[in-house]
Amino acid sequence: MSKPSVNEFTIKVANANGTGSASANGMLMKSLFRMGVPVMGKNYFPSNIQGLPTWYEIRASEKGHLARSGRIDLMVAMNAETYKHDLADVAPGGYLLYDSTWPRHSMLTRDDITIIGVPLSKMCNENFPNARIRVLMKNVAYVGVIAALLDVDLEVIKQLLSEAFAKKADLLEANQLAINMGYDYTKAHLDTPLPFSARTSDKTSDHIIIDGNTSAGLGCVYAGATVGAWYPITPSTSIMDGFKHFCELTRKDPETGENSFSIIQAEDELAAMGMILGASWAGARAFTPTSGPGISLMSEFLGYGYFTEIPAVIFNVQRCGPSTGMPTRTQQSDIMSCAFASHGDTRHVLLFPADPEECFYAARDAFDLADRLQTPVIVLSDLDIGMNDWMCTDLHWDDNYQPDRGKLLRAEDLEKIEEFHRYLDVDGDAITLRTVPGDHPKGAYFTRGSGHNMYGAYTEDAGEYLQVVDRLRRKWDTAKSYVPGPAMNCSENNNTGIISIGSCDHAVREAIDALGEEGLGINYMRIKAFPFNGQVQEFIDVHDKIYVVEQNRDAQLKSLLCLELNVHDEQLTEVLHYNGLPVTASFVVDAIHRDLAKGVAA
Amino acid sequence: MSFMSKPTVRHPKLPVNDIGLTVRDYEGGMSTLCAGCGHDSVTGALVQAAFELSIPTHRFAKLSGIGCSSKTPAYFLRDSHGFNSTHGRMPSVATGANSANRDLYYIGVSGDGDSLSIGMGQFVHVIRRNVNMLYLIENNGVYGLTKGQFSAAADKGSKAKKGETNLQPPIDPCQTAITLGATFVARGFSGDKDQLVPLLKAGMKHRGFGLIDIISPCVTFNDHEGSTKSYAYTREHFNLAIAADFVPPAEEIKAEYEEGAAMPVELHDGSTIVLRKIDWDFDPTDRISALRNLQENAEAGEVTTGLLYIDESQPEMHEVDNTTKTPLVDLEFSQVCPGNDTLQKIQSRYR
Ligand SMILES: Cc1ncc(C[n+]2csc(CCOP(=O)(O)OP(=O)(O)O)c2C)c(N)n1
Ligand code: SF4
Ligand SMILES: [Mg+2]
Repeated sequence: MSKPSVNEFTIKVANANGTGSASANGMLMKSLFRMGVPVMGKNYFPSNIQGLPTWYEIRASEKGHLARSGRIDLMVAMNAETYKHDLADVAPGGYLLYDSTWPRHSMLTRDDITIIGVPLSKMCNENFPNARIRVLMKNVAYVGVIAALLDVDLEVIKQLLSEAFAKKADLLEANQLAINMGYDYTKAHLDTPLPFSARTSDKTSDHIIIDGNTSAGLGCVYAGATVGAWYPITPSTSIMDGFKHFCELTRKDPETGENSFSIIQAEDELAAMGMILGASWAGARAFTPTSGPGISLMSEFLGYGYFTEIPAVIFNVQRCGPSTGMPTRTQQSDIMSCAFASHGDTRHVLLFPADPEECFYAARDAFDLADRLQTPVIVLSDLDIGMNDWMCTDLHWDDNYQPDRGKLLRAEDLEKIEEFHRYLDVDGDAITLRTVPGDHPKGAYFTRGSGHNMYGAYTEDAGEYLQVVDRLRRKWDTAKSYVPGPAMNCSENNNTGIISIGSCDHAVREAIDALGEEGLGINYMRIKAFPFNGQVQEFIDVHDKIYVVEQNRDAQLKSLLCLELNVHDEQLTEVLHYNGLPVTASFVVDAIHRDLAKGVAA
Repeated sequence: MSFMSKPTVRHPKLPVNDIGLTVRDYEGGMSTLCAGCGHDSVTGALVQAAFELSIPTHRFAKLSGIGCSSKTPAYFLRDSHGFNSTHGRMPSVATGANSANRDLYYIGVSGDGDSLSIGMGQFVHVIRRNVNMLYLIENNGVYGLTKGQFSAAADKGSKAKKGETNLQPPIDPCQTAITLGATFVARGFSGDKDQLVPLLKAGMKHRGFGLIDIISPCVTFNDHEGSTKSYAYTREHFNLAIAADFVPPAEEIKAEYEEGAAMPVELHDGSTIVLRKIDWDFDPTDRISALRNLQENAEAGEVTTGLLYIDESQPEMHEVDNTTKTPLVDLEFSQVCPGNDTLQKIQSRYR
């Protein structure tokens, strides 16, 4: 968007999968972060273990714009197979770095950019005897080149290396050598720094770099989840990896080695969902991470959980659908399928974290909501949030926090009451009392997905059935007062608005800034939960024109708003990004420009 | 109908068990199954077994899938939590519940359709995990609730009520379970309560996964001439291989068995099962022998019953996972939440 300058630029590295470039790219990102420069890192990787193209995009932004900008200032073209594509990707005036060990490919010519060659392979071949090491070190060497081109602090890089290879002296030495090779060659042969570069700043203290799956797994540990069941699926797998890692760190008895948690790798997602319903029914806080195909398989049980009112927490790290789709690309295309997953009149509470920081707290909130509302709660993250490293504000845990277990009666509570009926609304909020097996004979009840009356008994009676399903609908209204309201950024002077959701957040905020600079003031509401509460309706009521920005083809958020709220059809305009890559700020700006131009033309 | 609860009149003369409860205390709601349905007899045997073991009623959790058989948990143990889940998915729910609370007696009730078709995936995996539970298949060779289609347990050549012949080979849940490493495998017959009750008791006390495949005829859709799951056919082909008697911990094993014919197997809680070999080739502690005999007897058209295989030495799910002895549901929040100081330490790795 804005012109590249000091601490405002984007680098993209093109590579082949399996060459070990991820750690080199991560190191580059982290060195900018350690210099105090806000950074974004996005990994575009294939559904493949070795060979297919992969890209890594790093954006530095002193202003804190951490979405994809939509322009590439420096392309590091390490994969000949994608030269054409990568060359075209560079913004006019930008740079492309290639490995000049071999003569330059005829394809690599463009008049409006600068092409830089560094003989990376040659340097590595000369300095490293082992073939695998050569491949790895080529990646480290280009980090050295970039450090020279952009004035990245070499000391910071060396510090990162010594932390990463604290226990592997030989690797540390090789890495340092590779950095120096790239750096020294560049300093000796090329004009440095480029017109855009890095400079030490102070914008990253009290921040961490973490991916949303790790923080969600950590959040589950803090929320007191003791049972996790899952079936591996990209891009959700690392939630369970994170949960397991932090459990082993904090929940293993140092003397006996006994675990205060249970992780079950299920045979499929149907089983994973059944397991967490069983565990929650038995009183534990239980969760399962999955992605779209898993949600499809879990649907029958999700409806069961809704109708029998069993708490459960599901993380859906959305990927590109339909069907298997593009498993390693991002989308927000499960909003509808999650809102109404399962047959019959079923509806689910959804949470929409926007970044890894929110994933951590969303885990806590999801368990509280599930327990309070006695229903499955689905946290809709996505591949961009879940698998990319994001810079976010430090996490904090309130040590006074106590989990909201809702109306859960344990043995001592049951002692105090006359009788217990599972589905009887005793206080009018449509949420009923719940017990767990094993506590007390008075607490026994029968859980069935078939028709049941308010005493929990089987029924096929029309009136008794209505009492239960109508109460469930009233419980939905109760839910509105418990779910988090939208995040708002509004000024009274504006009558245009944007409604968006989840990982669109950074792109939307940057777009609003850019449009503001043009003189177009826009109010912003980011939906954080379904059901929508009153504030969502109000926002719609007071704006004449609202853009709904989301990452799917069929305007699922917009459709859900129209279904659930009072909306005039012409009030909402779709802005849809769904090619599998995270939405860029410029995409949002362009869409709004186009729409405004249309209005002028008409 | 099941929402009519049975009157719980106390009969002063009914015998009480060690914890002062009568057999009535172990009953449930009124059955809505067809009169004469084998499943009701299994329910009766379960009530008897639970009563005789003197287990407090609320320490059971009963779970099921979908089918006539899966309805039965509503008809026993009214003071226990029940979970009538979805079709074929009881194993996963039981696994999850057990992971949260390892201290309860879990009874899973399923049908041959529920376990061997739609639920086959979960059935085999609950066995692999050796989840500590007693799993019953009330096996009638048909889908009762959907009106008599063949199930995967129907024998080749067995005839449906309307005359159609089953042409596919059956899945034998017992052989399947033994192959997969199940640690307690038995077969019973709903028509033989004397045999079934001790098997149920032993299965409840067994540590790890226990399967009892119970031939339980469907009087409405599969009890006719030509069916291999009818009362008449089962009685005629019934072959008791290994009889099992259950002896609670405190009791002496009565020495009325012939030397050599009896084999006591000690269970984890100190109780004992005394196995009496009826079929002399059958060694229920030897997997290969048990499997070979089952296969040979099946070829010969026999319904082999009794305790077919037992191995008390295998660790159950929690032992494999080294889970804390305190059930996870009973941990205090402070025991599972690491607190802010730890969070700050963890975070230092992300800078
Ligand atoms: C997902 C799903 N598919 C189909 C059914 C219909 N259905 C109900 S019970 C049943 C078969 C039950 O057979 P079995 O487990 O042998 O029980 P039985 O009635 O014979 O005791 C079927 C197919 C269902 N309830 N759910
Ligand atoms: S249909 Fe068959 S299985 Fe079902 S209740 Fe009747 S007899 Fe029993
Ligand atoms: Mg059946």
